Amino acid sequence: MSTITAAENASATTLRERKPAKGSRSSTTTALLMLLPAAVLLITFLLIPIGLTFGLAFTNARLISPRPAEFIGTDNFVRLFQDETFWKSLRNTIVFAVVIVPLQSACALGLALLVNVKMRGVNFFRTVYFLPVVTSMVVVSMLWLFMYQKNGLINEVLLKFGIVGPDWLGDPKTALLAIILMSAWQAMGFHMVIWLSGLQTIPADLYEAADLDGADRWQKFRYVTWPGLRATRTFILITITISAFALFTQVNIMTQGGPLDSTSTLVLMAVRTGFQQQQTGYASAISLAFFVLVLAVTLLNRYVTRDKDVVR
Amino acid sequence: MSATVTTGPEGLAHVAETAVPEQHRGGDRPHPARHALGLLLRIVLCLVFGLPLVFMVVSSFKPDLQIFDDLGSFKAFLPTGDISTANYTGVFGRVPFAQFMMNSVVITVVTVVLGIVVNSMAAFALSRIGFRGAGGVLGIILATLIVPFETLALPLLWWSNQLPFLGPDGISQGWLDTYQVQIIPFIANAFSIFLFYQYFDSIPKELDEAAKVDGAGWFRIYRSIVMPLSGPAIATVAILTFLPMWNQYLWPLMAVQTEELRPVMVGIDYFKQLNTSWGQIMAYATMITAPVLVLFVAFQRSFINSIASSGVKG
Repeated sequence: MSTITAAENASATTLRERKPAKGSRSSTTTALLMLLPAAVLLITFLLIPIGLTFGLAFTNARLISPRPAEFIGTDNFVRLFQDETFWKSLRNTIVFAVVIVPLQSACALGLALLVNVKMRGVNFFRTVYFLPVVTSMVVVSMLWLFMYQKNGLINEVLLKFGIVGPDWLGDPKTALLAIILMSAWQAMGFHMVIWLSGLQTIPADLYEAADLDGADRWQKFRYVTWPGLRATRTFILITITISAFALFTQVNIMTQGGPLDSTSTLVLMAVRTGFQQQQTGYASAISLAFFVLVLAVTLLNRYVTRDKDVVR
Repeated sequence: MSATVTTGPEGLAHVAETAVPEQHRGGDRPHPARHALGLLLRIVLCLVFGLPLVFMVVSSFKPDLQIFDDLGSFKAFLPTGDISTANYTGVFGRVPFAQFMMNSVVITVVTVVLGIVVNSMAAFALSRIGFRGAGGVLGIILATLIVPFETLALPLLWWSNQLPFLGPDGISQGWLDTYQVQIIPFIANAFSIFLFYQYFDSIPKELDEAAKVDGAGWFRIYRSIVMPLSGPAIATVAILTFLPMWNQYLWPLMAVQTEELRPVMVGIDYFKQLNTSWGQIMAYATMITAPVLVLFVAFQRSFINSIASSGVKG
């Protein structure tokens, strides 16, 4: 910090007094100095690790090892493709995303529509729906771990309606579903706010005009709201999908991937191999698979929304 | 509401020009029954989102046995029966809670403050000063936004173990099990830079020119003109750094093994090991959620706005 200030003072008092600053050498120097801390940090903790994900995946690197990592070609990938847990984790990760993306985005849109009205107390509702978002996933996971117990809160409530609930987290058939439901519950308020900000960009005249035309609620939604949310929609789909692929905390706290790997995910598997078993090379191969998945979704989304961009 | 629907711009324009009858304007007002139904729905949803948290707080004051006994009735959500702070005392007896809390506060506050300084300076350099290649640098920064942290976590863990660190005791190798490994990797943030960049771009450039005439240098302009005008952007970046930092779990779980350096979220694992006391877990959960809830209630508008502005990205 002090070097920048010094350099700045020097340049201010001498060189640049009356010069047009744009593009001058001293202002480029200042710009680079101000960029420097962020650049160094981003290179060290973002760009190099990105490169390492690719590099280490082809080595036998171990987290803590006296021997340097050796290049082992595609061995990690051969092993990965033969690893049954990998396929299960990949499948769970994709199922999780495929279910939670429509579920969470639709419910969040519903919430946003419910609180996007002029009504007394609407702020209160908004705040309450948002509360789980500011509660950490760790806390939410512990809380739901308790509520999902066989004789836990959820089954007790279901019993009041005459339903005998399953052993949510103990049964391979319901464990992933249980995690999907609580994840949607936690993050819905987040996407409600994003939908809401999208809703508020739609000009009120459009609704007034639709009113005058006698449009009913559904027609207003179909012809005014839905087209007006196009950009928001794309954003929400991408963010939910990517964060769904990164599923880890809930699973690690609630099931550790069990029962019978029914809730194992790519990130959980990467942590297990790369951290607990210290096989950094193998974990990097898993991370790379995860990254390819994210990239594929992003590109697919670009491709799908491409035509509509032209029309607009 | 009963009029026929005319679609197409001509229809709309035609109607818009005619005078609007009063009743028609109020046509959006729902039927009383419908209104009541809507209200009921909103209240039910309130229960769905709010009650689990109420349950958490209420249970933290109850003995374990009573928590289970109360599950079958509304008592689960009411502070009834044998209410005490025994679970809280229990938490302090079981884990070094004050230490965990202090670690989390230090890690979060330092990252937020340094993050604001470092990222805003970078954004200032890119947006207001500019230099040859600034566009390319911004492009690279934005491109990294699609890489989720989870893909880098394991390679970063390995990498952190290779890094040297110049501390008060000289040079040491390996960042694992330190404070800095929980702070320094998270200071520079591509999205924060982007948010600052966007905001700085909206501040009139004439201010810079005027300041330059008065002899101010770029750093002076940054510190005395642009930053004081950037309150909303600073608040957004602060909140969007604060929340994930406070809630961090994956990274400290792996990078920190020493108990004295651990943050609050990882501390919850202690309660899952030997004989689980749900009352204590709820007490712990309440205590680590409270700071965030207090901040949220105090700065509600900023919280909501910052989340909303993260959607501008799309």
